[in-house]
Amino acid sequence: MAQTADADFKTRLQSWLPKLVLSPSLAMVLVFVYGFIIFSVYLSFTDSRLLPSYGWVGWENYSKLWRLSHWEISLKNMGIFAALYITICTVLGLGLAIFLDQKVRAEGVIRTIYLYPMALSFIVTGTAWKWFLDPGIGLENVLQTWGWTSFEFDWIKNRNFAIYTVVLAAVWQTSGFVMAMFLAGLRGIDNEILKAAQMDGASNWNLYRRIIIPQLRPAFLSAFVILSHLAIKTFDLVIALTGGGPGRATELPATFMYSYTFSRNQMGIGAASATIMLMTIAAIMIPYLYAELREKK
Amino acid sequence: MSVASQDTAIRTGRVTRALIYLVLLLFALFYMLPLYVMVVNSVKPLDEITGGGMMNLPQAFTLEPWAKAWSSAQIGVDPTGLAPYFWNSIKMVVPAVVISTVLGALNGYVLTKWRFRGDTILFGLMLFACFIPFQIVLIPMARMLGMMGMAGTTWGLVLVHVVYGIGFTTLYFRNYYAVFPMELIRAAQIDGAGFFQIFWRILLPSSGPIAVVSIIWQFTNIWNDFLFGASFAGADSQPMTVALNNLVQSSTGVKEYNVHFAGAILAALPTLLVYIVAGRYFVRGLMAGSVKG
Repeated sequence: MAQTADADFKTRLQSWLPKLVLSPSLAMVLVFVYGFIIFSVYLSFTDSRLLPSYGWVGWENYSKLWRLSHWEISLKNMGIFAALYITICTVLGLGLAIFLDQKVRAEGVIRTIYLYPMALSFIVTGTAWKWFLDPGIGLENVLQTWGWTSFEFDWIKNRNFAIYTVVLAAVWQTSGFVMAMFLAGLRGIDNEILKAAQMDGASNWNLYRRIIIPQLRPAFLSAFVILSHLAIKTFDLVIALTGGGPGRATELPATFMYSYTFSRNQMGIGAASATIMLMTIAAIMIPYLYAELREKK
Repeated sequence: MSVASQDTAIRTGRVTRALIYLVLLLFALFYMLPLYVMVVNSVKPLDEITGGGMMNLPQAFTLEPWAKAWSSAQIGVDPTGLAPYFWNSIKMVVPAVVISTVLGALNGYVLTKWRFRGDTILFGLMLFACFIPFQIVLIPMARMLGMMGMAGTTWGLVLVHVVYGIGFTTLYFRNYYAVFPMELIRAAQIDGAGFFQIFWRILLPSSGPIAVVSIIWQFTNIWNDFLFGASFAGADSQPMTVALNNLVQSSTGVKEYNVHFAGAILAALPTLLVYIVAGRYFVRGLMAGSVKG
């Protein structure tokens, strides 16, 4: 009798065990991700300043936020940054992948060189580019001492151009990774189709334009999703490279949120800006994840 | 699918090939440039840099900047160098990587071999968590860590990195285990093997490649994190990235560029080493895991 009850308990335990094992992770995600999102979104409708406070103010933080020139600049910078960063990384990544796919010698070495920036911290990348682009000691100074005395390159100190130095450093860091994604896509294309098309007299240009690049659609999509979410999250690179300056010339939503929440004690407005960032990413990620997970069933 | 060697059908002429090599070489130089700048300037005296010699090889080779960056540079208020922060990072990264990888393996195992209604939705929820802008959790996380008595501690940071890392580790193991034959699991079940026995004896022994991917990914992400370190670390748990930023941005005294470069390399070394030693397994494992999924 006792034995069957024991066996019964064991079977039941076995059937519950998988869910039991999954539950700690699930609980963490529910509390620390979704619970926290709800809390932050709630805060964005309150009068929180230095500390969270629960006085409901409706949409006031949002209307204040949209009137701030600081936020407007952050958004404008994000537009310039995201558009250039995503486009350049994609074009460069695809181009380099195609070139690297031509049975070149030392492919492994070249791939390693293109990919290593991905292993670095944005703080390291920012530091290296900050001093290299610094007009006082970097490129400008070097070329001037080499004899090109009229050479000027002060973008990093120039309000109108500083955002492009952020693009440069960010492209340097991630374009190799995009290249690897496209390379994997290129290696997955069936060669028989290409050979058949060649027999029909198709030029290389047409092969790429009509057959190969259209087949890389999934790689384009993944690249776009990864790059756009990286762009919206860009924070450390700006902190290390320009600190948001000169003036506010390189402020992005992520740095805006950080300074409003932690140094200006405007937590309600900070939470409102974080909510807008989350919504933007969700608008890109949710359809993508939905399609990915459905396909795999 | 193998990445290493598959022929392409494209044929190219001599001039085109020369152009291809030229472009590839130019970009190789572009990617190497910052590393070159960091390395050569970390071993020369300061006046060689300020005198316009940033691109030159050092005339008077010195390891002084490295020694200074490691053990005596001014970080914040104390002249401690980066060494203590390096160890802070290690103390944070190792447990966080181990815990998140173990949890990811178990989750991946459950989500593929013990499927139940709604498991894909749960996985989707975990996966979306990887992509959120972390600004949305900063405020409540700071409060939660305070309530748990973990504010400013290394264990607090470990918790944060585990929480926001398990989405990725679960993804890797799930995709990898998805192609693992179900027949082997059934056979083991018939032989009376339980949940953990199957995991331990059947799945785990063949999980090497994906474990490498998960470990490299987590190690790189957590070592390189700045946002959580800057937001939640206390004086004696600050990670390397935060300390490096303090060193470079400090506005007092002469800017010692050579020390900054040496510090930057010190901060980059662990992840670079991991990448050089295990990078190829990373790409290979990633392909094995994700392409088939």
